[in-house]
Amino acid sequence: MMAPMQDLLASLPHAHPEVLLAGFALVALIVGAWGGDKLFGFISTLAVLVLLGAGAWAIYDRPLAPVELFQGAMVADSLGVFAKVLIAVSAAATLALGADDFSKTKEQRFEFPVLVILAVLGMFVMVSARDLISLYVGVELQSLAAYVLAAWRRDDARSSEAGLKYFVLSAISSGLLLFGSSFVYGFTGAIRFDAIAAALHEGAGGVGIIFGLVLMLCALGFKMSATPFHMWTPDVYEGAPTPITAFFAAAPKVAAAVLLARVLYGPFAAIAAQWQQVIVALAAISMMWGSIAALLQTNLKRLMAYSSISNMGFVLMGLACATPEGPSSALLYLALYLPSTIGIFALILAMRREGVAVETVADLAGLAQQRPWMAAVWTMLLFSIAGIPPFAGFIGKLVVFRAAVDANLVWLAVVGGIAAVIAAGYYLRLLASIWFAPATQTLQPASGAIFVTASVAALLSFPVLVIILGSIEQWAHWAIARSF
Amino acid sequence: MSDLMHLPWLTIVTFLPTAGALLILLARVLARGVEPGYDAAVRVLTLIFTIATFLVSLVAFAAFDSNAPGFQLVENVAWAFGFGYHLGVDSLSMTLILLTTFLTPLCILASWSIQKQVASYMILFLILETLMIGVFCAMDLVLFYLFFEGGLIPMFILIGVWGGQRRVYAAFKFFLYTLLGSILMLVAIVAMINIAHTSSIPDLIAYAQHVGFDPNVQIWLWLAFFASFAVKLPMWPVHTWLPDAHVEAPTAASVVLAAILLKMGGYGFLRFSLPMFPSASHFFTPMVFALSVIAIIWASLVAFRQADMKKLIAYSSVAHMGFVTLGIFSGTLQGIQGGIYQMLSHGIISGALFLCVGVVYDRMHTREIAFYGGLVNRMPVYAAVFMLFTMGNVGLPGTSGFPGEILSLVGAFQVNAWFVVAATTGVIFSAVYALTLYRKVALGNIENPKLGGILDLDGREWVTFVPLIVATLIMGLAPSIVLHFTEGAAQSIATAYAGGVTP
Repeated sequence: MMAPMQDLLASLPHAHPEVLLAGFALVALIVGAWGGDKLFGFISTLAVLVLLGAGAWAIYDRPLAPVELFQGAMVADSLGVFAKVLIAVSAAATLALGADDFSKTKEQRFEFPVLVILAVLGMFVMVSARDLISLYVGVELQSLAAYVLAAWRRDDARSSEAGLKYFVLSAISSGLLLFGSSFVYGFTGAIRFDAIAAALHEGAGGVGIIFGLVLMLCALGFKMSATPFHMWTPDVYEGAPTPITAFFAAAPKVAAAVLLARVLYGPFAAIAAQWQQVIVALAAISMMWGSIAALLQTNLKRLMAYSSISNMGFVLMGLACATPEGPSSALLYLALYLPSTIGIFALILAMRREGVAVETVADLAGLAQQRPWMAAVWTMLLFSIAGIPPFAGFIGKLVVFRAAVDANLVWLAVVGGIAAVIAAGYYLRLLASIWFAPATQTLQPASGAIFVTASVAALLSFPVLVIILGSIEQWAHWAIARSF
Repeated sequence: MSDLMHLPWLTIVTFLPTAGALLILLARVLARGVEPGYDAAVRVLTLIFTIATFLVSLVAFAAFDSNAPGFQLVENVAWAFGFGYHLGVDSLSMTLILLTTFLTPLCILASWSIQKQVASYMILFLILETLMIGVFCAMDLVLFYLFFEGGLIPMFILIGVWGGQRRVYAAFKFFLYTLLGSILMLVAIVAMINIAHTSSIPDLIAYAQHVGFDPNVQIWLWLAFFASFAVKLPMWPVHTWLPDAHVEAPTAASVVLAAILLKMGGYGFLRFSLPMFPSASHFFTPMVFALSVIAIIWASLVAFRQADMKKLIAYSSVAHMGFVTLGIFSGTLQGIQGGIYQMLSHGIISGALFLCVGVVYDRMHTREIAFYGGLVNRMPVYAAVFMLFTMGNVGLPGTSGFPGEILSLVGAFQVNAWFVVAATTGVIFSAVYALTLYRKVALGNIENPKLGGILDLDGREWVTFVPLIVATLIMGLAPSIVLHFTEGAAQSIATAYAGGVTP
């Protein structure tokens, strides 16, 4: 093993994106403290560029084989690159949306971009974690930034409640994560993933290790908002300001799912038969409950919360396969899910009736008559997220189904199919409001940035963009093949 | 001719309507808001594009050689995920494509009176046409599903926005019912691809013939496909979405629904169930026969008691589709030919009947049978046209309704005579409800004073009906033209089925 200093110097070139984000966050904090909130626009723009730059840098530095960093605490590999690009792009998109929206509502506080960058840094650590400590550090860094963001409107009761609820419940899950990790450490004597895998391969563990693993899965399920650990999601989604909800709905899901893939297929690959039952159950319950509970929601953000729970169920279906195709299908599903969900939040942000933000399904009434183009974008995105062909969301579901059937989980695919039909029920309710209901009030025009985001997302929901999709698919395969 | 063969005709036929839809969007952007005359321009543009699509489909028809076996005009481009953009037609799909492209311009003509959100309506209709043609062209299982399922989207909006009183309920029921059926098929599709390691339909048919799916697996795959196609066709008892959707849909959407969307179910049976799962099809034949006979008798009786004209025709569709499944699942050449013929004939006749209802609905805004009566006095031409299609619906020899019914029954008779005896009573029942409808609406004296000012067919309606009348009579008087054309496809399906049943 190299000396610590040498190791640090050797590792840094493989951690450019993280270094960039950390450096920017620190500088922006000082600049913001000195310059005040009038720098909001400047820092936000810069932060968007830094995020895109971090994503680009991750691609530029892509390693051919996994490289251990920081004495084995982290790893630079293709899976990490894939996840980092998804996280960086979706965080950049939601940050741009947020900057635009907060300028309109006069809530320009410079901490917003800084906190987003810090959360993204935490996610980058999560997706490249290679031991239990960096796993925990990554999760906590991301979560702490997220608590503050959830309580962003501190004078607003709902926002404060969202932040507090998120904090308390999340603290419990972090406790479970640590508790579970300590079991794993206790029974294998290792914190590094490869050492845990080696110990399990030699037959270490027994009930203790399963106990630890299940506790860890509970905590990671919480971060992914899988049922039955989803309770926080609707309240936080509803209470937090919409741009921040959009952020929560996109990047952290990728980080949590990729981290889960890393944990399941790395250290615990040897006991796949044990964790598979847990993940299968989480997947089935999340898909069903996310679909059924959403039927009764009238608030758009709560509805989207349940929609994300159901979609995470499909991601979990991919992860439950315990075959190489499983996680790669889950990655593809995530990559196709992100544009739809970001696009839908952009549309929610875009719509104001007489200065008041649109909140409920009924507020969408008559959109097709007043703004046909916007209604068309809504239609494409909703059908895509519902998984109806010919839109991209369907391809995601198809690929996950294929992985599940391949892994002899046909019944899980059938459950997923039924859940998709139930889910179609509430997406159709939105569409019925948009197309069928008569208009009540006039809508104000949307700002350019928001509408461009939504339109780009809608275009991305067409699978005919063969080149993009085909390469994402190959990339997802490549990411999984090279990482485990 | 050889140069013509090399153009991607199927892609052109499929996506020409979408090109029209994009042009309308472009015109909207250029026109900057609603200019006067924009709506009229949109109507004309849509009509031009649908007629052009029909002409192109005729060119494709000319390039098609009905004597050659297998799939023709094939286009195959590798796509992502191991699936292919794979198009091709045999004589079965060619006839259904022609039916689609033939009827769509007539539907556009029938939609001339639409005033609300004209551009959206026409765009959706054009997209719907693309998806319908795509279903019949697709030679890749996933591509097929893409088109098959995608058709729900424009139909959902068409019913929901431009429909009648309970349109929202009908739209939801239509969408969710068909989606539930189809999603099981999706799982089966995935399983088939996993077993056979290909998603190409010709390869799968060849696989089924030479290797064959395990008979136990076939049962499940067959049931999953059946779930989807039986809902789509629709078969008793999963037909209940159809009367609602038909009654609430605008006239043109009803026409498309009855004439083309229902045929996708029959097409699916012929393309997938029989050749790919022959032993399961054989196993389930008694069940399908029983359901078909129940549909024929029961739906005819229910149709007789309807007070709404569209609902009556919707139930008669269920009964007619019973003949289709009876013929198809006989697995004999006559039966399959009869099933195909019945689908084509029903496409034209039921489409025409919905247009007939549309004519009086446009004038009086009600579909109540009791409201009308004695129309022959004010609308003699209309009464004559309506008479012809009513007779076609009954299956009078000389109209297109007859050959399909008789061939289906002859085919099924070779398999099980008792079911056919029961089904034949349906022919009588269909005469009962159809003639009763005609008598109540067209004959007698005008009792209702509101009908005093009703006018006969105008020029646009003439143009709409003449092609349908010609098609009905040609198909009735010279069935061999069509039967000869479809024989190749029917023969290969029958052979594949027979080969799988007795290995």
